[in-house]
Amino acid sequence: MASRALPKLKLNADGPTLAVEVFLFALRVLLVFFATWALVGTIALQVDGQGLTATAWRDLIVGGLAQGSMYGLIALGYSMVYGVLGFINFAHGEVFMAGSMAGFFVADGLFNSGMWENAFPLAFAIVLLTATVTSALVAVIIERVAYRPLRGAPRLIPLITSIGMSFFVQYAVKGLVGDGFKNYPQLPAGLQDRIGLFGLDIEVIKFFVIVTAVVSMFALWLFVERSRTGRAMRAVAEDKEIAALMGIDVNRIIVTTFAVGGAMAGVAGVLWAMLFRKVYFLTGFLPGIKAFTAAVLGGIGNLVGAMLGGVTLGLIETSGPTMLNGLAWEVPTVVAFAVAALAVATAVVGVIRLRKSDPRTVGSALGMLVVGAAGAIWGFVVLPGAQVVIPGTSQLKDMIAFVVLIGVLMIRPIGLLGERLAVEERG
Amino acid sequence: MSRRMNFRHLGVLVIVLALFAAACGDDDSTTTTEGTTTTAAAGFTPGPLGAVTVAPGAPIEIRALQAISGEVAFLGTDQVRGIELAIQDFGQVAGHDVSLGTPEDDLCSAEGGQAGAQAIVAQANVVGVIGTTCSGAAAAAAPIFSAAGMVLISGSNTSPSLTSDLAGTAGSNYYAGYYRTAHNDLYQGATAARFAYEELGLTTAAGIHDGDPYTEGLVTAFANAFTELGGTVTVHAVNKGDTDMTGVLTQVAADAPEFVYFPIFQPEGDFIIQQKGGIAGLEDVVWMGADGLITDGFLALPESEGVYFSGPDLRFGTNASATGTNYEDLVAAYSAAYGEAPIAAFHAHTYDATVLLLTKIMEVAVQDADGTLHIDRQALRDALTATSGFAGVTGTLACDAFGDCGAQTISVILDEDPTDVAAAKANVVYSFAPNA
Repeated sequence: MASRALPKLKLNADGPTLAVEVFLFALRVLLVFFATWALVGTIALQVDGQGLTATAWRDLIVGGLAQGSMYGLIALGYSMVYGVLGFINFAHGEVFMAGSMAGFFVADGLFNSGMWENAFPLAFAIVLLTATVTSALVAVIIERVAYRPLRGAPRLIPLITSIGMSFFVQYAVKGLVGDGFKNYPQLPAGLQDRIGLFGLDIEVIKFFVIVTAVVSMFALWLFVERSRTGRAMRAVAEDKEIAALMGIDVNRIIVTTFAVGGAMAGVAGVLWAMLFRKVYFLTGFLPGIKAFTAAVLGGIGNLVGAMLGGVTLGLIETSGPTMLNGLAWEVPTVVAFAVAALAVATAVVGVIRLRKSDPRTVGSALGMLVVGAAGAIWGFVVLPGAQVVIPGTSQLKDMIAFVVLIGVLMIRPIGLLGERLAVEERG
Repeated sequence: MSRRMNFRHLGVLVIVLALFAAACGDDDSTTTTEGTTTTAAAGFTPGPLGAVTVAPGAPIEIRALQAISGEVAFLGTDQVRGIELAIQDFGQVAGHDVSLGTPEDDLCSAEGGQAGAQAIVAQANVVGVIGTTCSGAAAAAAPIFSAAGMVLISGSNTSPSLTSDLAGTAGSNYYAGYYRTAHNDLYQGATAARFAYEELGLTTAAGIHDGDPYTEGLVTAFANAFTELGGTVTVHAVNKGDTDMTGVLTQVAADAPEFVYFPIFQPEGDFIIQQKGGIAGLEDVVWMGADGLITDGFLALPESEGVYFSGPDLRFGTNASATGTNYEDLVAAYSAAYGEAPIAAFHAHTYDATVLLLTKIMEVAVQDADGTLHIDRQALRDALTATSGFAGVTGTLACDAFGDCGAQTISVILDEDPTDVAAAKANVVYSFAPNA
């Protein structure tokens, strides 16, 4: 299955070398192997009664959905800008932070006036509005001062500029409000409770975060797919010059793209603060990187992909470490022998393909041979009775998330739902 | 051509060997100060590590290696002040002044510790060093000072790896010549375990660290002590920078502990305590943090109500140093000299470290008729290791074979009312003293 997605091997100076092909093939197989082992092991432990309880899985999945929907909201901004301008706006994480920070000052004021407790829906709406407007403004200003003058410059230039802008916004906020953590006021009592929904007992605040994120995403989707401006946006993403010839004001559309992407980041900023209640000048950095990852995972330039990528990343982050504990499953001998048999079969297929001496398959054939041999040894010697215990798996959550990302991209380089790129990017 | 190449290789080999020999020979190359001759005085023979000779009228050179810049500058500055006050209180050593020179910066990192140590060992007349501020810096500095025959005494390093496991096994970063007046984290971990097991009567526990050697060491010490007492412990970990704690808290809940020890820092500690409410199975858990979370910000969180904290007990009472100074005098002198109340917690430990060093120098120094002073490096180490019943501001110091000299009492506080942080800090519910 994995081999189908292999790029065609060119045994010449321009193409990847044979060694690289063999290595990549082996790496793909290893990733799939360990992912399968962890998955099967988790299920086996669960069946055996050693796994987590149903309520624990519920907490993991709800937590992952809440975290992931925020990544998705931020990822939209990365994806939209990439779709229209073809570069990664690394300052987008800071746009998110700016919204969250602005929201803090309003929330704090509303808390002091008592409105936060007494009329929370209204207070929340005010905070949300402040954050989205601030984020949209910051995004538009960044576009105007840092990216528009560089329109038409080689794509690396705005990329580097965006990293510079990222630092600029971080330290500008630090200069304005200081480097301490700003603590959002505690949520009103009702939001901290759990409610029974669809037979599940979930936290109101996480449910609230997920619903708000989904509604915002749906609104954005409607805007892009159904409105005139949205259509113009898609046209600019497709081909800027043709769009201009059709009478579309490209600059206005690009500004709109930044504003809308920024507003989504602002929504995420408020939700983030509701859930984690802390914001400081570096808050945007990690979520920004992760949301960018989510955008790539879903297929850059693809809005539905960004949402899906975000949710996938969130779920992997929360439940991945627990799944890793599946490696601790004591592998039954029969499974170990099945693995060994599969490995031997892989090696045999590798040898047969090698004998055809078709240069394009030599890389994967050699890879199969290597993996097959190693797998056979593993299956016959190491696996039976092997037990891996990894302490502190939660610490590995980012690593697991990124390994899965790399795995997905190695097997499907265009992301889960595929890239949507303008004509000139495809060439 | 090939012959010339061979000669060239030979030349390189010779240079490498020479460098190697020089490196190995460091130990006995630092025997005298500049301005004095190598002739040993009658009746004085330097020991295996050599000796420092102080000419008449010249000061005895000691140094400070502390974190005096960056975010943690307040920690190192506080300790440099402790050293200065101690030197001032102690007065002359056998008729010689004591010179501190310019404090070196340990940058609170291994790189800083290494660079600072190299700068100091280049000055062959330095007898001993008070430092470092951070355990990570000491791990890099201790081998350099040890090889140079110097002694390093810290007032704030608490990592067990720098000394021993308190059961006779040297830590991975232990080097001869290292001492400290701060407590070994193992005492803090053991205090937390005793409190949970003996005072609260709980038998299942979990620990959460953040990968930092400090927090990981504390959790390991806690887990070992708790297991030894008869309880069961599982260990979990988060990363610095994590915000979503759902995963780790779910895993903790799966182990169904009665007690969770999370000796980490802000903001990760905040996220854990604020998100625990969302995880089924953690409703009845007793939570305990450590000194990293005894901050106004954390204690004031509504969720920290009912949370315990372990940490060094900084109420030193009327313990008096050999100089006659007690903690109250020290704070008064500190405020008078620097125009502000103490800015961090370890100035008293560093004060004790300095007084200890100067006392031991006085003890081992051999004086010639003309006032020339010989300080044997090995004798100084032996004298420090033999320390027992030494009166300090922080309590009675006694050194073990691996340099743990601290008298620090560890206490447990309980935050009963997040709206009154001062009361929470003073609400000591349990104490444990290592030398008692």
